[in-house]
Amino acid sequence: MAFVHEVGRTTRVMFASVCAFPTVFRSRDSRADFGVQLYKTGIGTLPVVTVVSLFTGMILALQVGLELRRFNQEIYLGAAVMITLIREMAPFSCGMCLAACVGSAIAAELGTMKVNDEIDALEIMSISPVRFLAAPRILALVVMAPLLAFFCCAIGTLGGGIVGATQLGVNFEQYMSSAMSMAEVKDLMVGLLKALIFGLVIGTVSVAQGMGTSLGATGVGRATQRSVVVSFLMILMLGYMVTRVFYR
Amino acid sequence: MSLISFENVVKEFDGRKVLDGLTFSIEAGEVFAIVGPSGTGKSVTLKHIVRLLTPDSGRVMVDGVNVSDCSSRQLRAIRRRVGYLFQGGALLAWMTVEENVALPLKECDCLPDAQIDRRVAEALAAVELADAAEKYPAEISGGMQKRAGLARAIVRESDVVLYDEPTSGLDPVTSVTINRLIKKLNKTLGITSVVVTHDLQGALAFADRILLLKDGKAVECSTPADFVASDNPDVKEFLSAMKGEMQ
Repeated sequence: MAFVHEVGRTTRVMFASVCAFPTVFRSRDSRADFGVQLYKTGIGTLPVVTVVSLFTGMILALQVGLELRRFNQEIYLGAAVMITLIREMAPFSCGMCLAACVGSAIAAELGTMKVNDEIDALEIMSISPVRFLAAPRILALVVMAPLLAFFCCAIGTLGGGIVGATQLGVNFEQYMSSAMSMAEVKDLMVGLLKALIFGLVIGTVSVAQGMGTSLGATGVGRATQRSVVVSFLMILMLGYMVTRVFYR
Repeated sequence: MSLISFENVVKEFDGRKVLDGLTFSIEAGEVFAIVGPSGTGKSVTLKHIVRLLTPDSGRVMVDGVNVSDCSSRQLRAIRRRVGYLFQGGALLAWMTVEENVALPLKECDCLPDAQIDRRVAEALAAVELADAAEKYPAEISGGMQKRAGLARAIVRESDVVLYDEPTSGLDPVTSVTINRLIKKLNKTLGITSVVVTHDLQGALAFADRILLLKDGKAVECSTPADFVASDNPDVKEFLSAMKGEMQ
């Protein structure tokens, strides 16, 4: 019963926030706040995303390259790395980074505001917390997740190329040519769509967990932990579902 | 007709009755103090006035409107008239004191910048905090945070202010300053004040009437003089406990 209640509350937060997206651009102050959220979400996570995507590409290239070498098919290394990254690994690792870095911070920030009565104070002033707090944070994740996923894909492909050239004897130009020949617009679009969905889900889950916090500091810790765990699970499940819809 | 009235209000949390048939009323323009031991539902009572909580049964009426059952437009109109000072001030950490106080004017009333600046300056002057306008909440003391919260509560020219433990955690000198401020705002601006407090000494000094809550029920509601002279055993017990605590 508590699970159903939680799902219902989170869904309500998502719809109310999406409806409030246009208000993010309403005034100078709200636009400035949205800019801050974009910066925190995008630029703030860039170092982590860069390292994660670089090593994801390098690991992929090494594992796949060693197998391809057994069949003398190293020329397909670029294609294999690119396809894996663009379809799955880039949105997945970008989603994980955003859930860990941004989602947890949102849940902790809103949770602290909740236990300090700041959210109640907004309600009494007739300022909708969903419009004032949730909408700019969720929209920033929705905008930044696909951009970061694209960046992730580019850096991962580069990492794979470095491993190919230095450890597997694959010429970098050949690697890139193979990568670009296999990548299709559909793969890119599905990858970006996945990232966008992940951004929406991470934002919604984190906001709902933060705003539903109770029981003081313990509650803030619990809300933060839950936001990360639920986001991770949702990323995995939704990732599979989107793949199932577009690749039968 | 009373400005605020509670009619047989019952509120339970996890099967425990926090308010148990609470009935009392508050007149316009008075300073009304709610006292009682911890956990007797004082803050819960205050939250019912602005529908942060709704009763399980009974009614809470504000100026003739049933708050727990009114439309969102009526609720907005009631909240527009009511300022609320939370225990910790509830200031937004990323905004300066000035920006915090201006927030309801910018977000809800959409006033021109010049008018907002004037009203914010007046509110900060009223709580004697003009010097700290540019500071962030983390840079000022607890007492100053409460005064900033009070400035935000009165900046929309509210005619009712609800105070939730305005002096808790403050030193005696700052507590006196806050209590003096509550009385001053009542006298100069005619603000109806509902004060939940542990500070009985302060309540006796500034309140027009005092309500004692025990186990979610109103056991005494009278003027400070009558409260001290009351024969009610619960009042006597509370007064002696408070006296012991002060000694």
